[in-house]
Amino acid sequence: MNAAAQTPKELPTKITVRSLDFYYGADRSLKNITMPLHTNKVTAFIGPSGCGKSTLLRVLNRMYDLYPGQRAEGEVLLDGENILDPAIDLNALRSRIGMIFQKPTPFPMSIYENIAFGIRLYEKLPRADLDARVEAALRGAALWDEVKDKLQASGLGLSGGQQQRLCIARSVAVQPEVILFDEPCSALDPISTAKVEELIDELTNRYTIAIVTHNMQQAVRVSDYTAFMYLGELVEFGETDDVFNKPKEKRTLDYITGRFG
Amino acid sequence: MSLYASRRSANSTATSLCWVAAMFGLAWLFLILIALLYEGVRGLSPAVFTQMTPPPGSAGGLLNAIMGSLVMTIIGVAIGTPLGMLAGTYMAEYGRYAKLTTVVRFINDILLSAPSIVVGLFVYTILVHPMGHFSAISGAVALALLVIPVVVRTTEDMLLLVPGSMREAATALGAPRSHVVASIAYRAAKAGLITGVLLAIARVSGETAPLLFTALNNQFWSTDLAAPMASLPVVIFQFALSPYKDWQQLAWTGALLITVAVLALSIAARTLSAGRRKSK
Repeated sequence: MNAAAQTPKELPTKITVRSLDFYYGADRSLKNITMPLHTNKVTAFIGPSGCGKSTLLRVLNRMYDLYPGQRAEGEVLLDGENILDPAIDLNALRSRIGMIFQKPTPFPMSIYENIAFGIRLYEKLPRADLDARVEAALRGAALWDEVKDKLQASGLGLSGGQQQRLCIARSVAVQPEVILFDEPCSALDPISTAKVEELIDELTNRYTIAIVTHNMQQAVRVSDYTAFMYLGELVEFGETDDVFNKPKEKRTLDYITGRFG
Repeated sequence: MSLYASRRSANSTATSLCWVAAMFGLAWLFLILIALLYEGVRGLSPAVFTQMTPPPGSAGGLLNAIMGSLVMTIIGVAIGTPLGMLAGTYMAEYGRYAKLTTVVRFINDILLSAPSIVVGLFVYTILVHPMGHFSAISGAVALALLVIPVVVRTTEDMLLLVPGSMREAATALGAPRSHVVASIAYRAAKAGLITGVLLAIARVSGETAPLLFTALNNQFWSTDLAAPMASLPVVIFQFALSPYKDWQQLAWTGALLITVAVLALSIAARTLSAGRRKSK
């Protein structure tokens, strides 16, 4: 399947996944995935639980490397460079590809330090510059007005939605090129979800975004492209409007109309 | 209704049995504490903290023993804590899935429950015998060997409690492994790690057997690590077994001092871990 060819316009591509297989031990959980992530666009990964969408996301920043027995075969090209190459500098890769998780993951430190943690990994800034960067990141995540008077309070004391935006701010603060969202709203209430979705909408001007979601309305709302996955295979990839309004595959139609999954 | 009644009576029988068992255990503890307070407080005086252990029949205190206990405990903890922390960190962070970790954990558990007299004899063989005489430093090494397994255990347990998602989040920012461990995992587990060290101090500060074969005892003031050194537990052991009334009194007072110190450490450890639970 050559999904890239289905895209009508030739858009710049940030990441190209080519013939990707993934194994948990002997289990093959991704099968011959080929698809692009277009530059400064939002691509949604949808599909029933266990279809491999989160696995695919965790390949894109080599997060699976933390665990033994997991391996990927094929190619994932970031600006033409194969990130599955064992010789690649993983920390440098992850500085270019940020990730937001299902559950908010604030570090056990102050709101300010949560943001500064990432910045300090790469830059040694004077205090005033660091303050400005922290503020910019919090503003960028639409959190500044809510926390500007309690920057030294623990990040663990924020509400779930605020924690998730704190994590987004933390990720944005290190100035990545790509941001991966792994079901970022599944632990949030509808209002917090709306705020995070607005945020994703704003971020898409500057970042290439991939989002895994169980919520099909969310995929419609936030994404430009949608990849439907089923049992480790990429069933359909295309512009979100096309995938939801005139899917080419029967399995896609069945899933988006709620017949399974 | 009769089924309900029989369940009720079974429940109250079981509850009372639990209550009686708990009281049985607690009663001895309280009797020990009361006896210790009653006998120990009588001997408390400034002299206990300012004078050396006396020969029988003359006045004296426990200063050299208190000092010796402090010195050997501090050195023992200073040797044992970094080793234990490093081993625990390896097991929880770097070698979580390694075979070596399983082996180390098994051996550590054996060490944790090893009789302390065995540790004393071991250090006697490797240090005291080659040196040709008893010494404070070999006492400290024996205590360190008791500190290590406690710290290894708590370090591993506490680091395993740190959610993996927090490590993933830090890793996703591009933080190298060592940085994730030092500034995220240690930070999240801080209260637990300190609790482990406090419990290790509490554990070794009452140990007699390992010191008997290593530091022995010293009737006089000594800060020479190569020479024998007094310690509270060994002085209590010697004085309590003696036929002299004034020695026996000092032994009671020394026992009270150790108990109060260990109690204070345990309360500090409890408070720390309670605070950690609340902050989550």
